[in-house]
Amino acid sequence: MSTVTLPVERSKNYLNVDYGVKSWLLTTDHKRIALLYLASITFFFFIGGAFAVLIRLELVTPPGDLVSSETYNKLFTMHGIVMIFFFLIPSVPAVLGNFLVPLMVGARDLAFPKLNLASWYIYNLGALFTIYAIVSGGVDTGWTFYTPYSSSYANTHVIAAALGIFVAGFSSILTGLNFIVTIHTMRAPGMTWFRLPLFIWAHYATSLIMILGTPVLAITILLVAFERLFHIGLFDPAYGGDPVLFQHLFWFYSHPAVYIMILPSMGVVSELIAAFTRKNIFGYKFVAFSSVAIAVFGFLVWGHHMFVSSQSVYAGLIFSLLSYAVAIPSAVKVFNWTATLYRSSVSYQTPMLYAFGFIGLFTIGGLTGLFLASLGIDVHVTDTYFVVAHFHYIMVGGAIMGYLGGLHYWWPKITGRLYPEFWSKIAALIIFVGFNLTFFPQFILGYLGMPRRYHAYPEEFQVLNVMSSAGASILGLGYLIPMVYLIWSMRYGPKAGSNPWPATGLEWQTASPPPTDNFLETPVVTWDAYEFTPENQRTAMVEQRM
Amino acid sequence: MAGRVDALYFFLVAVTIFFSVLIAALEIYFAIKYRRRSEREFPEPIEGSMKLESIWIIIPFVLSMVMFVWGASVYFALYRPPRNALEIYVVAKQWMWKFQHLDGQREINELHVPVNQKVKLIMATEDVIHSFYVPAFRVKADVVPGRYTTAWFEGTKPGRYHLFCAEYCGTNHSAMGGWVDVMEPADYQAWMSGGSTEMSFAALGQKLFQDLACHTCHRSDATGRGPVLEGLFGKTVTLAGGGTVKADEAYVRESILNPRAKVVAGFEAIMPTFQGLVSEEQLLQLIAYIRSIGPSQGQAAATGAAADDGSPGSVPAESKSPQTNPSSTEPKSEKP
Repeated sequence: MSTVTLPVERSKNYLNVDYGVKSWLLTTDHKRIALLYLASITFFFFIGGAFAVLIRLELVTPPGDLVSSETYNKLFTMHGIVMIFFFLIPSVPAVLGNFLVPLMVGARDLAFPKLNLASWYIYNLGALFTIYAIVSGGVDTGWTFYTPYSSSYANTHVIAAALGIFVAGFSSILTGLNFIVTIHTMRAPGMTWFRLPLFIWAHYATSLIMILGTPVLAITILLVAFERLFHIGLFDPAYGGDPVLFQHLFWFYSHPAVYIMILPSMGVVSELIAAFTRKNIFGYKFVAFSSVAIAVFGFLVWGHHMFVSSQSVYAGLIFSLLSYAVAIPSAVKVFNWTATLYRSSVSYQTPMLYAFGFIGLFTIGGLTGLFLASLGIDVHVTDTYFVVAHFHYIMVGGAIMGYLGGLHYWWPKITGRLYPEFWSKIAALIIFVGFNLTFFPQFILGYLGMPRRYHAYPEEFQVLNVMSSAGASILGLGYLIPMVYLIWSMRYGPKAGSNPWPATGLEWQTASPPPTDNFLETPVVTWDAYEFTPENQRTAMVEQRM
Repeated sequence: MAGRVDALYFFLVAVTIFFSVLIAALEIYFAIKYRRRSEREFPEPIEGSMKLESIWIIIPFVLSMVMFVWGASVYFALYRPPRNALEIYVVAKQWMWKFQHLDGQREINELHVPVNQKVKLIMATEDVIHSFYVPAFRVKADVVPGRYTTAWFEGTKPGRYHLFCAEYCGTNHSAMGGWVDVMEPADYQAWMSGGSTEMSFAALGQKLFQDLACHTCHRSDATGRGPVLEGLFGKTVTLAGGGTVKADEAYVRESILNPRAKVVAGFEAIMPTFQGLVSEEQLLQLIAYIRSIGPSQGQAAATGAAADDGSPGSVPAESKSPQTNPSSTEPKSEKP
C-alpha cells in the first residue's frame, strides 16, 4: 500500500451524492431502494425471529405453560407470515437483486425506476396492515389460512393479515416485472444471454413465478376475506363451498413461492462458488436452464401438499410423479457446483463458507423433500415436525444461508467497506452449528409422530425438543453477530477497492460503492461469465496489492 | 402397514445418507486438495461434460422413479380399505374425537379395537378440517367438512397408542387427541358388553327418522312417495335420467342434504333438503339406522359398503348446488 495519499476530491457515489431523508424516500436509484428494502426486511427478520424465540421457549417443556394456546397459535402464525411474506420472499430479490441486476447486466438502473420505488412503498403498506394485525391482537389461522377455519371459525384479525399479504404481493409482482424487462432490454453490448451471470438466470426464473403465481395468491386470500365478510359460498360447505378448493388455490401459489425463496439464493451460490474458486461454473447451461425448469415444474406440483386432504388418489399419483421431476434440476445444480470445485482454487473466505453451508443443508433439505413427495411416506410424516424440519432446511439452511453469503460477498460493493473476517467466520460457524442443532432433531420428532403446530406435547418428545430449543438459542446468537459487525463496518471497516475478492462480474468493474449511474461509461462485454481473461486477471492482481 | 411404510422410509434414509455423504465428502476433498496456494493462481476453465450431466440426471431420475412407484403402491394399500373390516363412525369437532361403534358403544377421545382386526373409519366433521393421525399405525387422513373421508388400520400388538389431530383446527388443536386401545379379543368382548346402557346408534337414528317424519314418505310397503329404504344399503341404485350409484354412506348423506342431486328412477324430486337441520352426528345416526335395515341386517353393508372405492377422492363433495328451501314442493306430510 502506498504511504503517500494525496488529498483528492472524494468521488461521488450513490451514497454520498445526496444526503437527507428526502433523498432516500424519493430516490429512484435501484441501489438506494435496495438499501431501503434491506432496512425493512431486517426489521421483519428480527420480529419474525422474536416469535420463533417464544415458540422454542414454550416447547422446552411438554405442557403448554409459558403462553396460552391462543397466544401460541398466534405466535407460529405470525412467525410464518412475517418470515415468508415480509422477509424471505423479498430477501434476495428485493435487496441483492435490486442492487445487482442492473449492475450485472451493465445497465444504469432497472427498466422502471419509479415502479421500483413504488414497490417498496407497497411492501410497506402491506407491512402496516400486518403490523396492525399483530399489535391489535394477532391472527391464529396458521400462515396457510386453511378454510373453513380462517373463513368462518377464527375470531382473530384474519382480514387485516390477509390484506397485508394481498398488498405486499403487488410489490413482488412489480419487482418481478422490472427484472424481466430489464434483463430482456437493458443488457450491455456483448452481454448475450449465455454470458449472463447465473444470478441473473435465477432472478429471471424467480420473476416469472412472481408474476404468474402471486396474482393467484392475491385472489385466493381476497376470496377468504370475502367469504368471511359476506358469506359467499366458496370454501365453507355451510355456504355451499369446498374447503379443498382453497387448498388447491393456495398451494398453486405457495408451492412455487418456495422457489421464489430458494432460486435467488441458488443464484447467489453460483456467484460465490465461481468467485471463491476462480473458476467458471461447471455445466453453465445446465445450471441456467435448471432454474427455468424449476420455475416451470414448480407450478405443477402443488398437490403434493394435499396427499391426505381427501384429494383423489389418482391426482396424488400425478402430483407425486411431477414432484420427482422438479427434484432433478435441483440435483443437477448441486452436482454442478460440486464439480466446479474440481481443479479450482478454493479460498475459504466467509461468503464461501456460507456457500458450503448452503450446499450441505440444501442437499439434506432437498433429499428429505423426496420423503414428502413419496406418497406412502408422506401420509405418515406430513403435518408433523418432519415437514417443519424439511422446509427450514430449505428456507433457513438454504435461502437464508444464500442471502447471508450474498450479503457478505457484495457488502464491500454496497458500502465500500470490508467487514471483519474473523468475526464473520465465527458467525458463519455458529449459524451452521446452531441451525443443525435446531432443526435436525425435528426430523426425528416428525418420524416419531409429533404433529406440527402443537402447543403442548407428550413427554416422550421432550429431549428432542430441548435440543431444538438449545440450538435455536445458538442460532439466534449467530444471527445477531453479523448485525453488529456489519453495522460497525459501515463506519470503521477498511475501505474496499472496486474488486476486493477478486471476481469477474460487471458489478466488480465499477467503483465501490458504485456511482449513481453505475458505470462511468457503458461497459462492453467480450468475455463469458466467470471468465478470468488475462486482462481482468491483471487488474484483479493490481487491485489485490492496493 | 407400519412395516411397509418403514421399509420404504429406511430406503429413502439410505439414499439420503449416501448422497449427503457423497456431496459432503467431495466438497471437503476438493476444498482441501484444490485450496488456493497462491494469490496468483488462476485455474484453467473447464466447460462441463455432457457425459457427467447425463449420468447425474439419469441416476437420480431412475432412483426417484423407484421411490415414486414404491411410494405409490404403499399409498394405495393405505387408502384402499380392506373388505370385512370392522367399521366405526367418527365425528370430529373442535376439540374432540367421537367414536361410534355400530353396535352400541360410544366413546370420546378413546377408541377400543380388537387386535389383528382391520378397522375402517368413516369420518365426518361438525366444523373445521381435522386430521386423524395414529403415528404407530402410520395412518393419517383429513376429516373434511361437507364429505366423508375414510381411513383404515390394523393393530397387531395390544397396547395404547397415541391419537393426534394433525391438521391445525384452532385454539385447543394440540389437546385434540387421545388413545387407541388395541385389545385382546376376549378383553375387547368384555369391554363391548360392559358399561353402556345407552341406545344404540341405529336406534337413535330410528328415533330421528320418526321425529323428522321421514317415515311418512319412505314407507316399508312401497306405497310411499319416496323409495323404500329397507334392504337398500350397499345396493346399487338406478337413478332417474340414467346412471347408477352405490347406496353407501356418502350417497345417503348426499340424499338427505341435497336430495335433488341423485334422484332414484321412478320418483319425483320432491324431498326437501335437511341441510342445517341435522348435525353430522345425526346424519351418521340416520345412516346407521338405514344400514341396520339394509340387506341381512348390515352384514352386507359391512362387506360391501364403499369397499371398492375407499379412496377419499371418490366420495362426492357435498352441496354443490345452492341451498334451496323448497316450499312449494314440500310434501304436506312434513307439516304435522
